[in-house]
Amino acid sequence: MMNRFVEGLAKTRNGIFGRIGGLFNKKIDEEFLEILEENLILADVGPGPTASIINVLKENRDDNPFEVLKEEIYKRVNVVSPKDVSREPKPSVIMFVGVNGSGKTTSIGKLAARFINEGKDVILAAADTFRAAATEQLGLWAEKVGAQFIKSVTGADPAAVAFDAIKAGVAKGADYVLIDTAGRLQTRVNLMEELKKIKRVANKAMAGAPHEVWLVLDASIGQNSFSQVELFNRTVGLTGLILAKLDGTSKGGAVVAISDKYELPVKYVGLGENTRDIEVFEPRKFAEAFVKK
Amino acid sequence: MFEQLTERLELVFKKITGRGLLNEKDVKEAMKGIRIALLEADVNYRVVRQFIADVEKRAVGQDLTKSVSPGQQVVKIFNDELVSLLGDKHCPLVESPQPPTVVMMVGLHGSGKTTLSGKLAKLFRNRGKHPLLVAADIHRPAAKKQLEILAKSIDMPFYTNDLNARDICHEAIKHAKEKLYDLVILDTAGRLQIDDELMAELIDIKRKVKPSEVLFVADAMTGQEAVNVASTFNEKIGITGVALTKLDGDARGGAALSIKAVLKVPIKFVGVGEKLDAIEEFHPERMASRILGMGDIVTLVEKAQKTVDFEKAKKLEKKLRKQEFTFEDFLDQLKQVKKMGPLESLLELIPGVGGKLKGLPIDDKALLRIEAIINSMTKQERRNPSIINGSRRKRIARGSGTSVQDINVLLKQFAQMQKMVKKFSKLSFKGFPQGFPI
Repeated sequence: MMNRFVEGLAKTRNGIFGRIGGLFNKKIDEEFLEILEENLILADVGPGPTASIINVLKENRDDNPFEVLKEEIYKRVNVVSPKDVSREPKPSVIMFVGVNGSGKTTSIGKLAARFINEGKDVILAAADTFRAAATEQLGLWAEKVGAQFIKSVTGADPAAVAFDAIKAGVAKGADYVLIDTAGRLQTRVNLMEELKKIKRVANKAMAGAPHEVWLVLDASIGQNSFSQVELFNRTVGLTGLILAKLDGTSKGGAVVAISDKYELPVKYVGLGENTRDIEVFEPRKFAEAFVKK
Repeated sequence: MFEQLTERLELVFKKITGRGLLNEKDVKEAMKGIRIALLEADVNYRVVRQFIADVEKRAVGQDLTKSVSPGQQVVKIFNDELVSLLGDKHCPLVESPQPPTVVMMVGLHGSGKTTLSGKLAKLFRNRGKHPLLVAADIHRPAAKKQLEILAKSIDMPFYTNDLNARDICHEAIKHAKEKLYDLVILDTAGRLQIDDELMAELIDIKRKVKPSEVLFVADAMTGQEAVNVASTFNEKIGITGVALTKLDGDARGGAALSIKAVLKVPIKFVGVGEKLDAIEEFHPERMASRILGMGDIVTLVEKAQKTVDFEKAKKLEKKLRKQEFTFEDFLDQLKQVKKMGPLESLLELIPGVGGKLKGLPIDDKALLRIEAIINSMTKQERRNPSIINGSRRKRIARGSGTSVQDINVLLKQFAQMQKMVKKFSKLSFKGFPQGFPI
């Protein structure tokens, strides 16, 4: 069976690394490095990390550039997460944060489907009480995948929704409580403070919660991703990343530098709009697909 | 990151501003720095390459005017090129001669189409239009509901039905004609440009409703791929304008610049906040400084060019060298600065200053007072402040409507300034902007 992860990435790599494919058979020279630089930057790896990767290639001129490059990408995205959701307390509380439109709600819906498929009990908490119809959107997902759903009214305190959901999770012995928060730009101080509060209140509902805080990044994001990770991390302490919408033509190259710099593992990748379109992130496969000839 | 980028550009420009002459190597060095700064702002790689080549060509061997130091001239060339990339002037929404004007919003998932639709409707209602919001996103769960709630919150007419996207749009326009709405905003579903089925839906809608505008909604945080996405949308359905969203964060929106540069389609609107009135019409020159995060040095330079009398400035420079700076010269300087506009707005134009000074009170009146004091001095006093004794101070204070303390403070400050000028002239004048008012 074709791996859906690689399949999704297939679109991603089309036309980009394809271009340098032919060059991989020859030695590393200036022309090669220039084209490689162009391609890495076009993949949103960023000028700094690109320069550092190019330097490694320069130092290993005699090696197979394809292998060196793959290894460099792999090394950067292969972050061992300190915590693993699978051996978490019950329920495992995961809070999803991110900027507007990054794909939080859809990612949660798909993850819920995945967990339920594995026979787990999942509660979805609609703590996005700000955006119009956000609660309805998550509610439709809950209905579709068969998850329990905790909501409030628009404008209600999102922390209270999270609190109720976690309490319900503890009482019902659920396996996962997935908390959807409102999208916010990382520069909005007040809204970032609100996230802090949700986290604080979650901990009151259950000691240690939220066990994970995942930042959802749009795969098409550019260098602003650094600012996002930096500020969300500072505010709520991130434990992982979700790379959403990787089924487009963007390469998600921003995570190469981010994972490396912040030692944040990519947990899952979103590959489309259907329930099944979410896959566990595999560093080796990502590196291979990213660099594929 | 934001600060880092600004700092980098400032560093680049610092190296070249204040230099008497610029050689090719200086310019090359600066271009290298600019290149990285642009790439970090998500300007497309190929656009950056072309852009750097253009700036370099203009900068090397440029006849540097007397007005500003050559370095600042490079900054200006850089900005000019940026503005010409972004478009020369604001392009307003195209309106249909026969109402209703139909605007179709298209873009990727999560780019902000729905929110922007609401903002547009509000903007144009404020201008006397009668907009109708139409929900044609039949794919994302609760998408129609989102627009409906949004419409209700601003008391805006809303339309949708349970048909397919094309028929929703078609019916909506019929509805608009009946109810005499003159602006119809079609909110379509987010889609990948490579999703042929969904792209066909858009083509279908466009063919049916013949919109006056197809606005491509782009997230300001998008990376390098933005150009390809927009190009495909353009090839398949033809876009007439770009709307840039989420520009209120610290994203530099280099992607937008690239779209404009490659497709030659104007950027028309920008979304700058959560609230529904957080929308602005796009002005290329403002965007230029925004991308640079460097204040609006262009306007400052232009203002200086327009208002500063350069013959006078030259004379002043000579005086400074000879340490003959008097209250009379000081008064001249004050008048020239004043001509350029209120202090606060001038400071905002200075790179790295603008944001930091926000909210700090800046007293324009202080300048007025100083002017009044100097005006109350005799010519002799102005040229030779050391003769200003106690009774002269009293007279000046009365004449200028200030107090003796004010006079004391000014005299002290002036003495300090003269000392500083002395130090400067000893250091020779390298690194001092030539002919620039101090």
